[in-house]
Amino acid sequence: MNWSEFFNMGGYAFFVWTSYALTLIVVMANIISPIMQRKKVISRIKRAIKREQLQKQNSVK
Amino acid sequence: MWNWIQRFSSPKYFYAMSAALIPWFAISALLIGVYGLYLGLFVAPTDYQQGESYRIIFVHVPAAWMSLFIYMVMAISAGIGLIWQIRLADMVAAASAPIGASFTFLALVTGMLWGKPMWGAYWVWDARLTSELILLFLYFGYMALQSAIEDQRSADKASGLLAIVGVVNIPIIHYSVEWWNTLHQGATVTKFDKPSMHIDMLIPLLLMAVAFKLFYAAVVLVRTRNEALYRDRNRRWVRELIERM
Repeated sequence: MNWSEFFNMGGYAFFVWTSYALTLIVVMANIISPIMQRKKVISRIKRAIKREQLQKQNSVK
Repeated sequence: MWNWIQRFSSPKYFYAMSAALIPWFAISALLIGVYGLYLGLFVAPTDYQQGESYRIIFVHVPAAWMSLFIYMVMAISAGIGLIWQIRLADMVAAASAPIGASFTFLALVTGMLWGKPMWGAYWVWDARLTSELILLFLYFGYMALQSAIEDQRSADKASGLLAIVGVVNIPIIHYSVEWWNTLHQGATVTKFDKPSMHIDMLIPLLLMAVAFKLFYAAVVLVRTRNEALYRDRNRRWVRELIERM
């Protein structure tokens, strides 16, 4: 296996490897984004629960 | 039967059932994808016309097929949501849109990177490329309507309608290379005939296509679960779930 030939991709290195790099980026984005979205949703709901508990406490005088 | 459908299509039930499925889809996507990449980059022979540049095919075509497949899932889910008022279907549609948009983008840019060395141009306004670009705009339109409209039901109706009307673009994309004089290559796989591609190239291509679909399944499950939590944030099942976290 000639690695330098492999990386050169017959002269098309830029086009082939940029395509695969972009693929990796899109795949990573599709993994990271839903994970971040989940964290955001859960923390928003937790804060809403807290707010309502505080409001309940404040109104029960 | 209606009770059965109502039970299985409740967001609460879906949320509980989907958790176990995600690792199966994710890991099989990874394994099949790695094997497909290995075959495509190291085993598949050099193309007699395009040399090594053709290896872009192993990401470009699966991405393009994803863009169409995800759109159909999105449009059908939106249709189910519109017709039968099944909220889980609207959640699946909303969850699918950003995934589909990202793969449409990938299909377009990998296509550009293939077009430059082969055709001499990053972009031409031919039927295939233009209709795929319109597909990207349809995805963006869906996402824009979802974020712009306050009331969830109205948002789902508007974006669902856009998704369904946009389905007309799908056969246009597919048949564009037949109906118009295009620079883009004609169909070599998705046609009513033997694939006109060497088997050593076809196998990694199909493996990558399968890997991408499995990846979509994993991601859409995660995103739909997020939609379920958010849309039902004031309902008891979500509140109880969150309090236990």
